[in-house]
Amino acid sequence: MTLLRHTPAGEIKEREALVINPAKTCQPIGAMYASLGIHGALPHSHGSQGCCSYHRSTLTRHYKDPVMASTSSFTEGSAVFGGQANLLTAIQTIFSVYDPKVIAIHTTCLSETIGDDMVQIRKKAFDDGKVPDGKLIIYGNTPSYVGTHVTGYANMVKGIVRDLVKASETKGEHLAVIPGWVEPCDMREIKRYLNVLGVPFVMFPDTDGVFDAPMTGKHVFYPKGGAKVEDIATAGAAKASLSLGRVATLLGSEELSKTFGVEGDVVDLPIGLAATDRMIESLIKTYGLTVAESINDERGKLVDLLSDMEQYLWGKKVAIFGDPDQLIPLTEFLKTMGMDVRHIVTGTEGNYIRDRLTEINPTANLKVGGDMFLLHQWMKNEPVDLLIGNTYGKYMARDEDVPFLRFGFPILDRQGHQHFPTVGYMGGIRLVEQILNLLMDRIDRDVEEHKMELQM
Amino acid sequence: MIEHRPDAATAKQELTAKYPSKLAKKRGQQMVANKVEDGNVVPEVLANSRTAPGIITQRGCTYAGCKGVILGPTRDIVNITHGPIGCGFYSWLTRRNMTDPGPDGENYMLYSFSSDLHENEIVFGGEKKLEAAVREANELFHPKAISIFSTCPVGLIGDDVHAVARKMKEELGINVFGFSCEGYKGVSQSAGHHIANNQVFKHIVGLDDQVRGQKKFRVNLLGEYNIGGDAFEIEELFKRCGFELVATFSGNSTYGQFANAQTADLNMVMCHRSINYVAEMMEKKYGIPWIKVNFVSANATAKSLIKMAEYFEDAELLARTKAICEEELAKVEVMRKKYAARTHGKSVVLFVGGSRAHHYQELFKELEMKVLAAGYEFAHRDDYEGRKVLPTIKVDADSRNIEELHVEKDEALYRAYLSERKERLEAEGYTFSDYAGMMPEMDTDSLVIDDISSYETEKLIELWKPDVFCAGIKEKFVIQKMGIPCKQLHNYDVGGPYNAFRGAVNFYRDIDRMANSPVWKLTLASWQEESVESASPVLEPALA
Repeated sequence: MTLLRHTPAGEIKEREALVINPAKTCQPIGAMYASLGIHGALPHSHGSQGCCSYHRSTLTRHYKDPVMASTSSFTEGSAVFGGQANLLTAIQTIFSVYDPKVIAIHTTCLSETIGDDMVQIRKKAFDDGKVPDGKLIIYGNTPSYVGTHVTGYANMVKGIVRDLVKASETKGEHLAVIPGWVEPCDMREIKRYLNVLGVPFVMFPDTDGVFDAPMTGKHVFYPKGGAKVEDIATAGAAKASLSLGRVATLLGSEELSKTFGVEGDVVDLPIGLAATDRMIESLIKTYGLTVAESINDERGKLVDLLSDMEQYLWGKKVAIFGDPDQLIPLTEFLKTMGMDVRHIVTGTEGNYIRDRLTEINPTANLKVGGDMFLLHQWMKNEPVDLLIGNTYGKYMARDEDVPFLRFGFPILDRQGHQHFPTVGYMGGIRLVEQILNLLMDRIDRDVEEHKMELQM
Repeated sequence: MIEHRPDAATAKQELTAKYPSKLAKKRGQQMVANKVEDGNVVPEVLANSRTAPGIITQRGCTYAGCKGVILGPTRDIVNITHGPIGCGFYSWLTRRNMTDPGPDGENYMLYSFSSDLHENEIVFGGEKKLEAAVREANELFHPKAISIFSTCPVGLIGDDVHAVARKMKEELGINVFGFSCEGYKGVSQSAGHHIANNQVFKHIVGLDDQVRGQKKFRVNLLGEYNIGGDAFEIEELFKRCGFELVATFSGNSTYGQFANAQTADLNMVMCHRSINYVAEMMEKKYGIPWIKVNFVSANATAKSLIKMAEYFEDAELLARTKAICEEELAKVEVMRKKYAARTHGKSVVLFVGGSRAHHYQELFKELEMKVLAAGYEFAHRDDYEGRKVLPTIKVDADSRNIEELHVEKDEALYRAYLSERKERLEAEGYTFSDYAGMMPEMDTDSLVIDDISSYETEKLIELWKPDVFCAGIKEKFVIQKMGIPCKQLHNYDVGGPYNAFRGAVNFYRDIDRMANSPVWKLTLASWQEESVESASPVLEPALA
């Protein structure tokens, strides 16, 4: 018996209109995630309350931690007459009830279609005295019918740069770091690298300590973590910038360069060996630093593990779906392991994504702007040994009896992703460990009794 | 447990103290200290009112109510969300509706279908793309029916989903119908339930008039969604007692069930808020009377089953039903006693969707726990105060936007003998078409709060420190960070079934675990405690 029993194998018909089992979701949730990486910020969803509810629910299910955000609660009247009145009321209510340092507003397909002007409404809120002294309102335009959740993250990062960074005549020694959409623990790991390498930095957004808050018997409405507004402001005085993951960070990086004259590199997310090398090379270029022995050791341990275990990895076929910034270095890393990445699907579109993935892996089935229904059809026609993607892949994995590594967003049915990083060399070790465990468990499960081995 | 809780009136003042005055005044009308007077008269509560912009609310939207709640558990209809990708993505498998299609049955519940509107369609219109999407869905799956759900921007750009549906119905020769369930309609999910039910009634119910299965004791169950397998429990009980379940609206349901629903002799309403309209319309059109039932809690289940049996005026059916209830209640009682000994005297508050905030109070009573406060996320006044207040409910602009179907007697299909039976039974004191509401069944001085906000939730916990809190996923971890276990009653976290007899025992076990789990006593280390004496937790052994 199969779960996705209506997914046919065989000839694949091109679809023009119908998306089935999307490998993406919409902009505002990305903006909400980025906003929560600012300490003391309350994300605000400008639209009807369902959007906010859905985004909070999905982030909560992924992190098993509180996710606070308010909404303009549009009803039919606001949809017809515009959302300004609702937003002005909301701003007043939010400051008196929740007292954030920053309200980080993101739009929705509803408010974007009406054409609500965030610049004008924000100005009116200040003019009407609805914003207490020292409090801030930032915004990102995140229409859901453009791009994906990754685009929403990128747009809010741009908003953070535009609205929170301060211009500076003099430059300091610090680095402005914009991480792409990675887990809180990944941001923490990247900060550890910078500390070990002795690079002074400001990182934003920074969700470390936000979605992995400790249990204390109290609900801390604004968790300890998050980039501080005053720190973000100093990015305008940074020596350079480093942005990790082009799709999610290019807009912010460009804003830093155009408006504040802070130039820098945009490199891949440091997932796997080569991408982590490139992140460090960028730091060497900017700071002329000597790489700490401890980091070299970590790198050596990753290579050691890969060489020890290559017989289990070589030639294994993989299908993978998810967000472009993660797919690009992850595909590269899988190739480094000697694996054969057969099928790649991302829901986010863009020529850059297509070009990079084709360059890294020219022989795979690749669909940029595709869905999981297509991926499943490919898997039926050309089976694989491993599936990698978010939780929604579990149905395909079970139907096709394929080991399944949960990676990306959202992960709704397993834990650990918020605590154990997959970036950097140690993150690479974790990924290899997880992949090996899946493949070796499979061998132990399937091997004939007389061939069962104690050591592997 | 704390010794002295501030009373409901004081708590209410504390909850609204920080609000701007206009908001405080409004919220004040949405919170009442319960008072049950003779004739089940209770205070008036403001409900189904707009959420204050900026407030962090539990509520979702009309689309969520329509696609997610009502059509979500129906397995063989291809549900296409017309709009940008988000809405379709978020309503994909997130309500834990279960279904058993058998080895060859159709099941589209595991799929998410969307027309994935892009900017171009928002500017130039999305109807062409929707048509193409419906065609592609039909070509790939050949389903019995395809339905189309409107999201916010679809309403604004003026795509006529109903016209597309009519055109596609003609072209493809299958049933295609649409829902104007844009998220901004109404004030909560409730509007979406209404829109969904109307269309199911208009486009499916009555299409198949063949009486299948056994000819007598034919019933429909309305407002049951098979979360965590609840419907499986109820279905089995119906079978044992001898009832023929024609259709469930809409847990573990199929298109064919809806089409045939008018052949039932009795409708039972489980979640009153999500579906009372269907019961009313079916009575008007086909003469099928309805009663309120509740399969949450062992006692409520027995009461409901016996009431169903009494309706059919069949001695054998009644005797068998009573015997089954007696046998099951005896088994449940053994377990209840075992668990209640561990939960006795503990307190709970429940802030969840519709009827669940009411129904689950029965289970907590069986656990000998005290309900301190309760309220709904998307209720109307009759859910709180009972249907007797229906004539006094003011219809506001937001409610007027929801279509009211005009239903008339179907001369061919109306069964007068059912209404005659109703009249006869009513004369004997049997109650039909009634729902007493939540408040008459709650203690005086318990606190009733409509559309509770996250701020009020936290305040209430600080003031009253309940032992267990029932809410949804968005609130769950806020509550648990405060050291209080939170049971989700929308989708049960991962538990269930909680309905009927075995489900009740499942619930006892889960609440005992939550209320007595050692983890809640581990929050602070000895060096973090104010009083060192209380540092070492006394852990109770788990119940064998």
